[in-house]
Amino acid sequence: MGLMADVLVLVAHPDIARSRVTRALAAQARLLPPADVEVRDLYALYPDYLIDIEAEQAALAAARTLVWVHPVQWYSMPALMKLWMDDVLAFRWAYGPGGRALAGKCLWLAVSTGGVEASYRKLGGEEQPFERFLPPYRQTAEMVGMRFLDPLVFHGAHRAEAHEVHAHAHAFALRLQALAGEARANAAPPQPDVAPDERRLTTDT
Amino acid sequence: MQHSHWLTLALTYLAAAVITVPLARRLGVGAIIGYLAAGFAIGPWGLRLVTDPSQIVDLAEFGVVLMLFLIGLELEPRRLWAMRRPIFGWGSVQLLGSLALIALIGWACMGFWPDGWRLALVAGAALAMSSTAIGLATLNERNILQTTSGQNVLSVSLFQDIAAIPLLALIPLMAPDRVAGEDAGHPLIAAARAFGMIAVIVLGGRLAIRPALRFIARSQTPEIFTAAALGLVVGTAALMQAVGLSMALGAFLAGVLLAESEYRRELETDIEPFKGLLLGLFFIAVGMGIDLGVVLHHPLEVAAIVVGFLAVKTLVLWGMEIGIPVPRLERAVFTLLLAQGGEFGFVVLQAARGQQVIDDSEAGVLTAAITLSMLLTPLMILAADRWWLPMLARFSPRPPLSEITEPQDAPVIIAGFGRYGQIIARLLHANGIQATVLEHDAEAIEALRRFGFRVHYGDATRLDLLRVAGAAKARVLVVAVDGIEPSLELVDIARENFPNLAIVARARNVQHWYQLNERGVKFIERETLDSSLMSARSVLELMGCEPHRARTLAMRFRRHSVQQLHELAPHFRDESKLISLARAGRQQLEQLFAQERLDRPPVPRTWDPAQAGDESFDEHAGAPDAPGPAKQGPPEH
Repeated sequence: MGLMADVLVLVAHPDIARSRVTRALAAQARLLPPADVEVRDLYALYPDYLIDIEAEQAALAAARTLVWVHPVQWYSMPALMKLWMDDVLAFRWAYGPGGRALAGKCLWLAVSTGGVEASYRKLGGEEQPFERFLPPYRQTAEMVGMRFLDPLVFHGAHRAEAHEVHAHAHAFALRLQALAGEARANAAPPQPDVAPDERRLTTDT
Repeated sequence: MQHSHWLTLALTYLAAAVITVPLARRLGVGAIIGYLAAGFAIGPWGLRLVTDPSQIVDLAEFGVVLMLFLIGLELEPRRLWAMRRPIFGWGSVQLLGSLALIALIGWACMGFWPDGWRLALVAGAALAMSSTAIGLATLNERNILQTTSGQNVLSVSLFQDIAAIPLLALIPLMAPDRVAGEDAGHPLIAAARAFGMIAVIVLGGRLAIRPALRFIARSQTPEIFTAAALGLVVGTAALMQAVGLSMALGAFLAGVLLAESEYRRELETDIEPFKGLLLGLFFIAVGMGIDLGVVLHHPLEVAAIVVGFLAVKTLVLWGMEIGIPVPRLERAVFTLLLAQGGEFGFVVLQAARGQQVIDDSEAGVLTAAITLSMLLTPLMILAADRWWLPMLARFSPRPPLSEITEPQDAPVIIAGFGRYGQIIARLLHANGIQATVLEHDAEAIEALRRFGFRVHYGDATRLDLLRVAGAAKARVLVVAVDGIEPSLELVDIARENFPNLAIVARARNVQHWYQLNERGVKFIERETLDSSLMSARSVLELMGCEPHRARTLAMRFRRHSVQQLHELAPHFRDESKLISLARAGRQQLEQLFAQERLDRPPVPRTWDPAQAGDESFDEHAGAPDAPGPAKQGPPEH
């Protein structure tokens, strides 16, 4: 199963129907050629929290870049994504003796926070306000031998204007294309205007 | 000598029952007919294994006595009170109506002979009674005690049980003065004594028996408790007999008295195992009581009485069925169970003969008529099942419930509103999703409507009804009907006529699943799978498995099972291949779990993150409680 694409996008939002940013990002990613970018919506695939470890590992093995798209909940990831880590990044596969399956791949984080940037600035540094919450992600990547790319953080998802979300999703898609490979990066970026679904997604609320 | 005789007798009864009852059940005629046949077979007109009439009488009386004790035990006054309207209302209509009509017609047949009123009245009272034993046993056997007809049969039977007490007390009053028994004294005095004794038993039971039972229960000897209960029955029966009343009524009273006590449950559990056998004994006694001699001597009289009283009672019951009202399909059983004669009739006749209100030959003919009707009843119910009901179902006009007629527009249609459909509908309803519910069982609909469900009457396999239900516009059709055939039929119709309708189907079993799958249904659930898995989880937990681990195991089992079903689906018509594949699949699953158990040592192994990437890492190295992640768990830093 799975398309074994170059870029694997894991989406995790426990209530995606009410999401703004995560849903927009997932929709944009789905507009890209499935052969390049595979989107796996964890909460849709595993509503019962029973992760198909073999299928997930197969998809991971085929990809060169792993992208995590999720809202920041309590300064961390949604529960199912954490379970995905616990189950899929297994001993002897992702780490431990013989565990080199992910070595050399890239991990890119595209998260959104409900709080505005200023509130994180009080907690974190001035330049990279979210940096203070990244160590677990960074350490995970290091543990499995992945390169941790600069994360894409969208602050204040609840209050953002529709056009801001739209622009963010568009930038995300461009970056995905770039990651998917040089040859395909030259192809025209997906136009949200031609996708009626997307228009609705990014203009409401 | 006497001892061995007793053994032979017991062996005769047991052997007869053991041979005929399973045979009768095998033939599909029910246990009651089996017992009756057993009684007839060993009786004076069968193999003559039991010929002594006194034995038969004693045995029958014993069966009736204990049977009524059990009926009384189930009849607590509070329950009686809750049912007072059907009991006293419809019960008195049945009993007094039948009694009056039979007595009147009987007296008319005697040409209104001045002295005939006694016989006519006694015959009316005896024949108006119905067999509580056959009635309740039949209701139990068919599991229809809770239906309208079942509840009303019970009510009328209970009223008869109660009415028998004053009826029997009144019989001495009817005794002709010239032959009043010496021990009975003046009939009024006898009646007074009878009422007096009943009062003594009731009051004594309330004031003395309960403290006595409490005292015995405190001794913590269960068998003595049972013995005390039985002693109470026998004692009451003896007291009743002393004043010329039936022992059976005494036992019945004892039962009612104990039904009020806090030890009722205990008594029921103690005596429950005997109940079936005692009932059987009773039916054997009825079977043996068939006196072919009387029937052969007065064939026309007996036949006329049987046909006559059944017809009169049927007439009364027919009026009641319209008044109650009893659903059309239940009427046959209702009529047959109440039209027959009953064991109280024997008691009435016996009492009347004892008081010389009627003579022996009159009592014999009436007893034969009652017995014959009791023998015929199970057979007639069988016949009704086989021929009458199917015919009725075919030719009866449209049932009183009107079918769904107004076009519906809910996005979900649920066909079949049994337990399965109900849960689906309730979850949808609770979340504001409207569903149109179709059910074709009129009785179920009545019950559901009483609970406030909006259910439409209609057979979902009819295209026109599906259209009215809004199948053309709806998005989902839930096929939750009970039958496999109707389920497949409905799926075929829906797929052919409403291709855009998503189908969510309930599979009764694996074969059904395959058949639904073959028709392209995507969402099929085996109805018992998930509840079985939940139970399996409980078992695993009770065996010491962690709850979350049990859940994971059950869910993985489920996934494997569903996966296997899909793999086997193409071969579902090839049984031998199916079996071998299924076997292989099961082995595969067992190996999977076994392998995992091997990989999962009970003591968590440790692993030092500092050694990450070190190929020479030994998973068994390190102390068990050294810091670091458990072997299978994620790294914890």
